Amino acid sequence: MGEGNPSFWPHKDLIDITTLDRDEIALVLETAGRFSEINERPVKKVPILKGKSVVLFFAEPSTRTKTSFDVAGKRLSADTFSLATSGSSLTKGESLKDTALTLESMRPDAIVIRHSRSGAAQFLASRLDCSVINAGDGRHAHPTQALLDAFALSRVWESFEDKNVLIVGDIAHSRVARSDVVLLTKLGARVRLCGPRTLLPSSLESWPVEVHSRLDKACQGVDAIICLRLQLERQAAGLFPDVREYARTYGLGPRHLAEADPGVRVLHPGPMNRGVEIDNELADSGQSLILDQVYAGVCVRMAVLFLLLTRPNQGDGHGRR
Amino acid sequence: MAGVEMLVRSVLWGGRPHDLVVSGGKIVELSPNPVATGSEVELVDGSGLLLLPSMIDAHVHLREPGQEYKEDIASGLGAAAAGGIGRVLAMANTMPVNDQASVTRFMLSQAARSHPNGPFLHPVGALTKGLAGKELAPLMELAEAGCLAFSNDGRPVGDNALFLRALEYASDTGLPVIDHCEDPDLARGGAMNEGRISSLLGLTGIPVTAEALQVARDILLAEYLDLHVHLAHVSCRQAVELIAWAKGRGVRVTAETCPHYLLWDETLVGDYNTRAKVNPPLRTWDDVLAVRQALAEGILDILVTDHAPHADHEKEQTFDDAPFGISGLDTALSLVLGLVKNGFLDMETVMDRFAWRPADIFGLPANRFRPGDPADFFLFDPDLDWKVDERTMRSKGKNTPCLGTELQGRVTRHFLAGKEIFRLQAEDMK
Ligand SMILES: [Zn+2]
Repeated sequence: MGEGNPSFWPHKDLIDITTLDRDEIALVLETAGRFSEINERPVKKVPILKGKSVVLFFAEPSTRTKTSFDVAGKRLSADTFSLATSGSSLTKGESLKDTALTLESMRPDAIVIRHSRSGAAQFLASRLDCSVINAGDGRHAHPTQALLDAFALSRVWESFEDKNVLIVGDIAHSRVARSDVVLLTKLGARVRLCGPRTLLPSSLESWPVEVHSRLDKACQGVDAIICLRLQLERQAAGLFPDVREYARTYGLGPRHLAEADPGVRVLHPGPMNRGVEIDNELADSGQSLILDQVYAGVCVRMAVLFLLLTRPNQGDGHGRR
Repeated sequence: MAGVEMLVRSVLWGGRPHDLVVSGGKIVELSPNPVATGSEVELVDGSGLLLLPSMIDAHVHLREPGQEYKEDIASGLGAAAAGGIGRVLAMANTMPVNDQASVTRFMLSQAARSHPNGPFLHPVGALTKGLAGKELAPLMELAEAGCLAFSNDGRPVGDNALFLRALEYASDTGLPVIDHCEDPDLARGGAMNEGRISSLLGLTGIPVTAEALQVARDILLAEYLDLHVHLAHVSCRQAVELIAWAKGRGVRVTAETCPHYLLWDETLVGDYNTRAKVNPPLRTWDDVLAVRQALAEGILDILVTDHAPHADHEKEQTFDDAPFGISGLDTALSLVLGLVKNGFLDMETVMDRFAWRPADIFGLPANRFRPGDPADFFLFDPDLDWKVDERTMRSKGKNTPCLGTELQGRVTRHFLAGKEIFRLQAEDMK
């Protein structure tokens, strides 16, 4: 590894899938594919990013995404630092602008940010010279999740053309769904959405998707199904009556898979509410790609860190704009 | 001519040069013919300038008491003077809230101290105690202390029964109620217009229906009680259509809109631009066109700025965390002038909506350039370019989407009762 030539990688930051074109997405997936080999070695470490520092700034808790970035960085020999705890002054009371300036003073080469506010990653990116990687901002975008979903699928599919992908659940509040729709569409797949009207975005007419209200119909002929995590606090907000009714109507079970393509794959960004979004046995079945997604996450995040931190004309990250 | 104090020479009125004669703080004559001068006259050269009546802004937030770092009464009135605005109605969402006479009197005394000759401040009293929407504020006391209207602006009353009683009780004071039209439950948590862009940006939307529902409620209550309700900052087609219907039935509603709803749509929020975060939110282009037409036709009665100054550090946050509001006093007329130059409005309509109609609605004096009218007027250079920035804006709030851009048209001199309250200086330009 290390021979990869990302000489045309033009982006300082990764905020959103919309800013990537099809070739750039292909490059990320291809790079992730080459890095996956490192994860199979007895010594899972290469010196590609030696001397680079990556700050993991998680203002919203997420063990799995943070760990995935941490592992990815360390496998490429980057130094990773965490600023995570909710009690820290970096998240309590201090404005995001001051947090950004504080982070920049630490002279990182990249900041990975998870934040509860839509637009928070872009806010940092427009104010900092270092690379900013969005690890999920509010309900806006989660680009590495979409890339890892595509990577996991790319290992079982030749091509995305003419594939039908269904996303089920709380689309309205899901940054994963937003990024998945953009990415899968760019790769040539057709996307369907299914969920109760209260959990669908209010204006879907401009989205390149088919919308279904009944799960069995939505599953007809699909090649992959992405189940989204249900946030139980949405019930308190009156968006659905109770978990049992949700599970009966929108929980994915074996009978739905009977409607789908025989080779259908099932994905879930985790953590799962087993028995709510997805049937317990289904989650562990041969059709499930859920553990492949976790593996894909490390590969994709290695690729993203590599492409951003080794791009040409990269400043030293120290000068303020 | 005896007793003449000021003669404004060759100033444009109705597209033709006029001479304006002022004496004793009042208009003596506005003549299309050159007026002979005495020796004791202050001569003002008005050539190339428009003569316009001093405007009334019936919806501003001045932040004093409580948040003087955003704006204080002195800086807010300074911005009004520079914008051609001679009277402002200041909303009650100060800290403390203007729900008692002591706050009203404090505001009036601060205004009198910093701007004894105007612009004049007219406090708007809170409709409910603490703006909490639970109990009526002491409206009689507020009226006696000098409030000119009542409003829960910023925190609309969702309880229909309480709002009905507030209208009834306020009617005994003879002062109008101004309602911020937004159903608080439908708008909860919203940061921008609900639609295509909010769904792409992952922001909670405020649907047009939240506004229209409250407008419909107010219309029905105004008709039921046969009382006047003034509808604040109308932003959308649905609301305009409801108001047109109500006026057709003779319901006693009046309504206002702001320059930003005449000019900009939700696309300005684009990349989470917090300077375009305003409540009600910027809507779609179709709504912009509807609001423009309604203002031209008089379905919307008046123009206001909804001047809502904020400090830079407050706007420099994520979109959800940034406060709502656009600073509007400095730029209002320049923005509207763009619509005049494009032929969407004529200048006389603008003056009717920004000076004469608000005077009628809120019972204030106005200058219609008839002999004996108060000499409240300003001179306006419609061709003067200026850059909107930290130095050229008088308001402490630099939170406008046009910050850093060039606008055309600037007030050069502003008089109230014949006394000069603003004169453009070189440093106001660059
Ligand atoms: Zn308001």
